[in-house]
Amino acid sequence: MTRITAGRRHPLARYAVLLLALGLLGGLYTFVASTTGRADASIAAGRADDVAEGKKLFQQSCASCHGLNAEGSNVAPSLVGVGAAAVDFQVSSGRMPLARPEAQAPRKPPPPWVNETTIRQLSAYVESLGGGPTVPAPEQVDPAKGDQAKGGELFRANCIQCHNFVGAGGALTRGKYAPNLSESTPTQIYEAMITGPQAMPVFNDSIITPEQKRDMIAYITGVRSQVDPGGAGLGRIGPVTEGLTAWIVGLSLLVLAAIWITAKKRQAK
Amino acid sequence: MSITTVPKPIAGTSSFLDDRLGAGNFLKRNLRKIFPDHWSFLLGEIALYSFIVLLLTGTFLTFFFKPSMGEVPYEGSYEPLQGIMMSEAYASSLHISFDVRGGLLMRQMHHWAALLFIGGMMVHSLRVFFTGAYRKPRELNWLIGVLLLTLALFEGLTGYSLPDDLLSGAGLRITEGVAISLPLVGTWITFFLFGGEYPGEDVISRFYSLHILLIPGILLALITAHLILMWVQKHTQMPGKGRTNENVVGAPFYPAFMVKAGAYTMFTFGVIALLGAFAQINPIWLFGPYTPADISAGSQPDFYMGFLEGSLRLMPAWEINIAGFTLPMSVLIPALVPMGIIMTGLALYPFIEQWVTGDRREHHIADRPRNNPHRTSIGMAAVTFYGVLWLLGANDELASFFHISLNATTYVGRVLVFLGPAIAYYITYRICLGLQRSDAAVIGHGVESGVIKRLPTGEYIEVHVPPNPGIEAHMRGKAPVPMLPGADGDGDGERNGVPPKQLRGPLGRLRVKMSRAYGGEKIPLDDGHGHGEEHAAIGSGEDRSLTH
Amino acid sequence: MTDNNHDIEQPEGRVPKRVIGTPSPATGTSVLGGDERPGDRGVPGVVPQSEETARKGERIAAFCFLLTLLGGIAFIVSYVVFQVGDIDSARTSNVALGGSLALALLSMAAGMVVWVRLVMPKYNMVQERHTMASDGQTREYVTETFKHGVDESGFVKRPLLRRTLLLAAAPLGLVPLVVLRDLGPRYSDFPEKLRHTVWGEKTKNGKPRRLVVEGTGAPIRAADFNSPGGILSVVPEGYEHDLNALAKATLILLKFRPEELKSGTNLNWTHDGIVAYSKICTHVGCPAALYEQTTHHILCPCHQSTFDAADGAKVIFGPAARPLPQLPIAVDEEGFLVATADFAVPPGPSFWERGDAEATVRENGGHA
Repeated sequence: MTRITAGRRHPLARYAVLLLALGLLGGLYTFVASTTGRADASIAAGRADDVAEGKKLFQQSCASCHGLNAEGSNVAPSLVGVGAAAVDFQVSSGRMPLARPEAQAPRKPPPPWVNETTIRQLSAYVESLGGGPTVPAPEQVDPAKGDQAKGGELFRANCIQCHNFVGAGGALTRGKYAPNLSESTPTQIYEAMITGPQAMPVFNDSIITPEQKRDMIAYITGVRSQVDPGGAGLGRIGPVTEGLTAWIVGLSLLVLAAIWITAKKRQAK
Repeated sequence: MSITTVPKPIAGTSSFLDDRLGAGNFLKRNLRKIFPDHWSFLLGEIALYSFIVLLLTGTFLTFFFKPSMGEVPYEGSYEPLQGIMMSEAYASSLHISFDVRGGLLMRQMHHWAALLFIGGMMVHSLRVFFTGAYRKPRELNWLIGVLLLTLALFEGLTGYSLPDDLLSGAGLRITEGVAISLPLVGTWITFFLFGGEYPGEDVISRFYSLHILLIPGILLALITAHLILMWVQKHTQMPGKGRTNENVVGAPFYPAFMVKAGAYTMFTFGVIALLGAFAQINPIWLFGPYTPADISAGSQPDFYMGFLEGSLRLMPAWEINIAGFTLPMSVLIPALVPMGIIMTGLALYPFIEQWVTGDRREHHIADRPRNNPHRTSIGMAAVTFYGVLWLLGANDELASFFHISLNATTYVGRVLVFLGPAIAYYITYRICLGLQRSDAAVIGHGVESGVIKRLPTGEYIEVHVPPNPGIEAHMRGKAPVPMLPGADGDGDGERNGVPPKQLRGPLGRLRVKMSRAYGGEKIPLDDGHGHGEEHAAIGSGEDRSLTH
Repeated sequence: MTDNNHDIEQPEGRVPKRVIGTPSPATGTSVLGGDERPGDRGVPGVVPQSEETARKGERIAAFCFLLTLLGGIAFIVSYVVFQVGDIDSARTSNVALGGSLALALLSMAAGMVVWVRLVMPKYNMVQERHTMASDGQTREYVTETFKHGVDESGFVKRPLLRRTLLLAAAPLGLVPLVVLRDLGPRYSDFPEKLRHTVWGEKTKNGKPRRLVVEGTGAPIRAADFNSPGGILSVVPEGYEHDLNALAKATLILLKFRPEELKSGTNLNWTHDGIVAYSKICTHVGCPAALYEQTTHHILCPCHQSTFDAADGAKVIFGPAARPLPQLPIAVDEEGFLVATADFAVPPGPSFWERGDAEATVRENGGHA
């Protein structure tokens, strides 16, 4: 006990806590991500129940903005026809429910009531209002089945103008931004493409086929897990951080060297 | 242990060379040439040694690089691009990165060295500017320096475009867009540069010739001239004890300065190798091959082009159509005006200053920046102008990193680009005067010693002691900024009678007015009295304490 | 400030004591005065290092140089040991080669600095400077020699010689300019080339050119591109990999709900809420393709020109002065999207000969 208390004051303690928290968070994401895919199959089984449960959840957590019957309001869009995929994307990535009105809903840890079941129930309810895109099956988003090279071409043609060449994200107009894709699960990437959350445009399945989407997912997940052969990646955002490094590291080191070379010699003792 | 005879091989070679070149005379005069010591005098060497790294690594890269825009399928070892059609230039750059041992290191060192080359030139030119080391007789070397900086920007631009990846292509596209917007000759320049329509199939090989032959050749010639002039004119020195306008104080070239320069070469090489090993630069494999149809968010030029990118982003829309011809002002102004202001301003400054101060003397003692407050303020205003543009060149990254509105950064930038330099001017001027005052206080009253003394009356005072003689000499190196002969009347030029002919008329009067503002002594040092002998000296043996 | 200068009697040799908490009068490079010693700044001369210091310097420098030796060997060994051929091995090789090289170079640098600072004497030598200008006599001599030379050469005296030489040099001087002519293409109607894109050409079998998806090359069935808020990067059929064509002809295809389209958009050139704009920014030609489906903003990532896609892509922010040109589209008999004509105005960045093409179109009622 005392050792733990003493350990709390250790300079590394805060990093340990941070790591622990990040680990837990990551675990939660993995759990959420791995389970959402299965939501589909179970919809058929307990559909009626799910819709009823989902409606309850909706009225507790969503209706204050989206309206009692998801008809929308002046602060939030109607959810009729957005589909299960949109619900799964928004809720599993923590974007909804919104903490406060902003230019754009940020990714954040989902609230405690969010889990596989509640997402499935909410999705079932929203889907019952008017159909819409469904949550993809796990093999539809399996990066291992995709072709990275083909996916890369499509990614460069359609995505990097906003999300940057490795999905590091970028700025849009008036405070909006294209988010970093480093934490997005394959399912969420797929759902984002078919539903077009917030400012993002829609890439429907009839133009960019599910196979092509899987190729893009393979490229995105492949590149983001790829090591940087040249050393520290510097955020992979291009020349801005490189220039900063040249000045802050390169030139500073050389100025220090110059100062050392020319420093006035100390008096002999 | 000292050597009594020169070793045979060296003696033999030396007399062989002396018999044929008369090298002895040159060496007699130059072996013990004195170089003054100050850390800031080494900044230019960063650029010099980076240039050597550029030549060495660049030569290595040319052994493997294929400057061709012919389309080939990629068959190298980077999997995510296998089978993709790309130019040979891009494919060979990938080959260098993944399939040549040391290739990635050389590529990265080349790029880091390029950034340090231009960064080094920038800090060096700031040092020269703020210490007034461009003054007579060094104006020509200053002009060579400005030319070097300009050429280095073009050298960087042509090199940036060579790998033909998506990022370098974006830079090329902007270059084309700017070139084609030039009045009268724009389309001609573009079609000649690209051998037809953009992008064509010629530009990479043409940029390659410029990048590895023409521009480096000129750079090398100019750098040589720069060094020879520096050698002949001898380096400036900081004011200090025993240092006058007629001497140089420091260490001899052989052996001390030679080894120092060697050490600094190794430092520069080493830091570049360090960066090349541990910090990734320009990961072209992540960008993909160039196509004019695609672009990535956050497409940026290298830092030295950032100010142009920023000024293009700042400019509001403006296009003029007259008589069937188009003047795209929102391209022309930002692309030409800031660069013009900065480069022309740099080139002309020594001559403008001479015109304003009427000072035609040779200067070999560097000014401390505080001692010429207007010059320092003008310099800081220019730095701020450049800095705002530079910052705005990265406004999308700033907006996304700090979660601020992209548009807000632009609006703020549009104001700051005018307001910033004015504020910087004012603040710098006040700081310079403040520093001059503190110098005057040190000279006039001595230094606070940290020693508190109680007087018989019960009063406590801090003992002031005279400053270190070296530092006092450094401070006393200050001279009033020269003024035109007609301008030194106390705020009234007419008092000395009729002003000389060239100072009459509106331009002449402006010149006198500027001279009066620019020149003169703002905060005179307490002069000619020794170390404040009017103050009571407290005798304490050797320690001549002063009280105040 | 009160006048508190008083003479105080102090015992001989008594040095004032430092107050606790204030810096010591003798620390480091403070501006306080100190004893002058030979070799200090200001006293000319060369002061050798003490043998003790020099020996210490020798040892440190030697250690550094041995590190350089190790680094150099490590570099050669790494070159042989670490092969490349994939991302991970490239990383290993790069770190090993660069790390050993940096170690070698930096320790060499450190060794040399120690050598100068601890082994070599302290220098404070003085050398005279001389004004750069040569003395009057020399100048006079040069002037005279120059005048003699002019006379002797006859350059001034013999105008025929002079004039023919200058005349002869003129065409020779133009040679370097003339030979550069073939840098550019043979044709010189550059502005005409810039006014047209491949959208204006029919395909080989005489049909209007189809729009195909960039990256897959698939034609686009209008009925499939049916999600409002959708965007596609589109290239001309048959020119999917022709960079010259793409530099002018690349499109973004947007799908709107019919009620979202505003008056700036030419509805005759749309099909069922599908609008095609040039992707090439009218500022300096970057692909402008950051599309926000909620606001219908198209943003160019290079210089942040922003266009309102629902309103004829008119400029609402940034340096671009003209809207993105709209391409007239329709569907062919199989339901695929085709271009019915070329852009009415030249796409891409402005150029001198361009003129106000938009005004011409407006005058002609929407046609070029």
